[in-house]
Amino acid sequence: MILGIDVGGTHTDAVLIDNYEVKKTAKVLTNQENLIESFHQAAQEILKAEDLGKLDRIVLSTTMSTNAIVQGKVDKVGMILASGPGLSQAMLKINEYTHFISGYVNHRGIKIADINPEEITSISESLRDNAIRHVGIVGKFSTRNPDLETRISDMINGDFDHISFGHRMSGNLNFPRRIATTYLNAAIWNTYNNFAGEVLKFVDTIQVDAPIYILKADGGTSEISQSAKYPVGTILSGPAASIMGILSLSQCGEDAIALDIGGTTTDIAIFADGVPLLEPFGVTIEGHKTLTRGLRSRSIGIGGDSKVHWENGELHIGPERIGPAAAFGGPHPTPTDAMIILGLTDIGDSQMAEAAVGRLAEKIGTSIEDTSKMIFDKACRLIADAVQDMIEEINNKPVYTIHEIIEDKKITPKALFVVGGPARPMASHLGNLLGCPTHIPEHAEVANAIGAALARTTTEITLLADTEKKTLTIVEEGIQQEITSKFSRHDGIAILQDKLRERALKMGANEADLETEIIEDQEFNMVRGYYTTGKNIRLKAQIKPGLISGFRKDVSL
Amino acid sequence: MTKSLKKTGLIFFPAFDWAISSTHPEREERLLYTQDQVFEEGLLDFDNIIEYKPGMCTYEDINRIHICVPDAKGVTTESHLISAGGAITAAEKVLEGEVDNAFALVRPPGHHAMTVVHGNRGFCNINIEAVMIEHIRNKYGHKKIAIIDTDCHHGDGTQDIYWHDPDTLYISIHQDGRTLYPGSGFPDEFGGPNAVGATVNIPLPPKTSEEGFLYVLDHLILPILDDFKPDLVINSAGQDNHYTDPITDMRFTAHGYATLNDRLSPDIAVLEGGYSVETALPYINVGIILAMAGIDYSFVREPDYNPDAIRQSSDITQYIEKVADVIHNLWKNRRAEKAKVDRSNEFVTRHKSVYYDTDGISEDQEETVRICDDCGGLLTIDSRANFMDRIFAVIIPRRSCPTCRKKGEEIFDTTDKKAYRNVYFQDREKDIFLVK
Repeated sequence: MILGIDVGGTHTDAVLIDNYEVKKTAKVLTNQENLIESFHQAAQEILKAEDLGKLDRIVLSTTMSTNAIVQGKVDKVGMILASGPGLSQAMLKINEYTHFISGYVNHRGIKIADINPEEITSISESLRDNAIRHVGIVGKFSTRNPDLETRISDMINGDFDHISFGHRMSGNLNFPRRIATTYLNAAIWNTYNNFAGEVLKFVDTIQVDAPIYILKADGGTSEISQSAKYPVGTILSGPAASIMGILSLSQCGEDAIALDIGGTTTDIAIFADGVPLLEPFGVTIEGHKTLTRGLRSRSIGIGGDSKVHWENGELHIGPERIGPAAAFGGPHPTPTDAMIILGLTDIGDSQMAEAAVGRLAEKIGTSIEDTSKMIFDKACRLIADAVQDMIEEINNKPVYTIHEIIEDKKITPKALFVVGGPARPMASHLGNLLGCPTHIPEHAEVANAIGAALARTTTEITLLADTEKKTLTIVEEGIQQEITSKFSRHDGIAILQDKLRERALKMGANEADLETEIIEDQEFNMVRGYYTTGKNIRLKAQIKPGLISGFRKDVSL
Repeated sequence: MTKSLKKTGLIFFPAFDWAISSTHPEREERLLYTQDQVFEEGLLDFDNIIEYKPGMCTYEDINRIHICVPDAKGVTTESHLISAGGAITAAEKVLEGEVDNAFALVRPPGHHAMTVVHGNRGFCNINIEAVMIEHIRNKYGHKKIAIIDTDCHHGDGTQDIYWHDPDTLYISIHQDGRTLYPGSGFPDEFGGPNAVGATVNIPLPPKTSEEGFLYVLDHLILPILDDFKPDLVINSAGQDNHYTDPITDMRFTAHGYATLNDRLSPDIAVLEGGYSVETALPYINVGIILAMAGIDYSFVREPDYNPDAIRQSSDITQYIEKVADVIHNLWKNRRAEKAKVDRSNEFVTRHKSVYYDTDGISEDQEETVRICDDCGGLLTIDSRANFMDRIFAVIIPRRSCPTCRKKGEEIFDTTDKKAYRNVYFQDREKDIFLVK
């Protein structure tokens, strides 16, 4: 038996899955001031009269980290940056407690300037004077050689509650994002760790022995105490829950589009061969571009309750939502009102819908029905255009080899999945515009909780071997070791796969879900002065987002 | 330092699966560390820096400016089509107004490729800037264009292609040809008889540093551009003047390249040579991108940067000032120079021996231009590679006068095919390419 709980913005949904079926669902209002209480309520509600001994796992999706950042409920963070040459320091400074040091490494991870201990001591003093308890240490190219970051930490870790390292955030290059990610990790570390502690305490109280997982932004799960080491991985897990929900309800195995149409916005996600696509660098939260792996989604300001108005001879829909649809007493006509008039849905007060759309029809100088058709058509078109833009952007992604240019792999959606309030009335027109058959999954009202419940553990790991320098780095694991000049790409792949499995198991993965995939595989001859002096081997492997075993394709809920 | 931001297009194509040979300077590794540095600096996250996927140029694009033997397909691989296609993508983004300027950070390079192409010379098969420029003119109409070639080697290919074109100003700044491949590019190479002054060569002595390059930029190149008033400025952005380049002997810096780009403010920059892949290219390219985008580049410097150690001597400074002065006077007197052209014969012929170092081909060429005051002049080329593969080409220039056109058509019609492997007719104005 699996329990999935999604602590969303308005509702907290719970779903109990037993023997491949949704056994039960529950819904409670979310208490924004106390998310842990919403979790308690939903759990207690759904677990009433259940045999807790039969629980295999509990998965939680929560806006905890997102809210802390959005609402600015974060700790003061001291940042120590080893920036080297490149962008100006003014562009890298993330807050008033940012300090730059003179040591740095270059793109190959070769130390160019060492740490000056006096600098570090004086920075530490200054941070303590400002009552700072959380510190981020980030070096440019620290993914190539984390040594400076760890040595700085060794010098000061007694002075602070917790230190976040840049190199542990991701194996990808991007110094400004590494700074932002490390900063956020440190800023929410305390809040998130308290939350994780509370969750564990609660589960202990009700005497459940099952492992507790938390959903991450990349649509994968991590055992909760492991996630507490890198809380930044749990930001923006809301959209991820929705996408994983659609995946679990649709059993999609092809290129497809997923739409979650809400009152204010529509969220778009794309599947490639049934696998949700990831953001190329990382997710963005509150203007912070991060290295946090996350599912690729785009949100547009069109929903059932978007304000519709007529201006300069043109119909405008969204992006603002002033209130509910006129049929529910709202101040403006909305796409929902148009759909009510067209008989596509029978919710709300149709007379109030007609009155609101009627006022608009008068302005335009046409009938209520024609105006409704215009609104409905335009709303669908705006969504379809955004979907097509997103697919085009994905298909035009720059590639760096001739092979990839010639191969020119493109996403061509074969199916459209739609969830959300206006899903039923809008799906078929959207399908026509996008040229795909449409599906409205069942149990869509608890899709997020189901998505969380069935998501497998995901992770990514990067290996860099430089046989001229004779070093191997797997930075996410903090591994740096010597290799011989004979080290091969083949050796690298074997080590990488081992370490990926180890890492995933530590995060709580099941053996059955360790579907590994090499996502980057490059080897370069290093030539200096017309002689080959070594090899530069770059590998990356992942366990991609997907459902836990037993819930894929063949089995439907 | 506050500057106005510019929207900059970046076409990055490192061709990680292509090399001339495994240890050749033009190999897979060449832009690897540049990619690392560009990614690590987060340059692609700037709202005003937009990355585009390169297109592929077509054989028609190549045939608009080159005479390829036996044909365009035979002398290129996909890598060349993407490299030139990347330059074209850069140009289109600028000309369509999507961006203010663009940088095609692509390989392989092209500036040693001449009008006739029998194979690869100086790491180049097709001239990616020239293919781009003719694509621009074909699609967007007539343009006066200036190419500033800052590669350390003289761009003899680009010079050859535009030798007779008064609407394309080719300025090359390079290490003195007496000390470096290809051994050409002296101030007296000043354009063909119909285009006197449209080629300007600025050879600099070995060990010229930032000071010398920027002196020439400020006191010679920028004033010449002020006079010429081009519609578009293109930087043929070779990066081998760097003090760590393994195959040249200059002392330019990443900061210097960024400053040069900042002051020159090209509409389009296209990468050419540059083979210090680890210690120079990552920093130069970040510097150029920042400078083009109007972002502070003052923190861009090489790890071992030491201005005192690479400063040019005062002898070099004086020598450069003198050279710049001589060339500036030559430029100012370009109309008088043109008046000196011998008009006693309708046609003037030059003989060229061209060696294709990479492919080991020797070409023997006879190029004949019609002396014409009304256009760039009808051009015919009789070329023979390794004393056997002989071709003949008739080239009608853009904005051709009726006489040059009529004579060219007659020559093509009456040339006997039997003496040649191929006879080509390239009409740059009407965009016609025929082979018989």
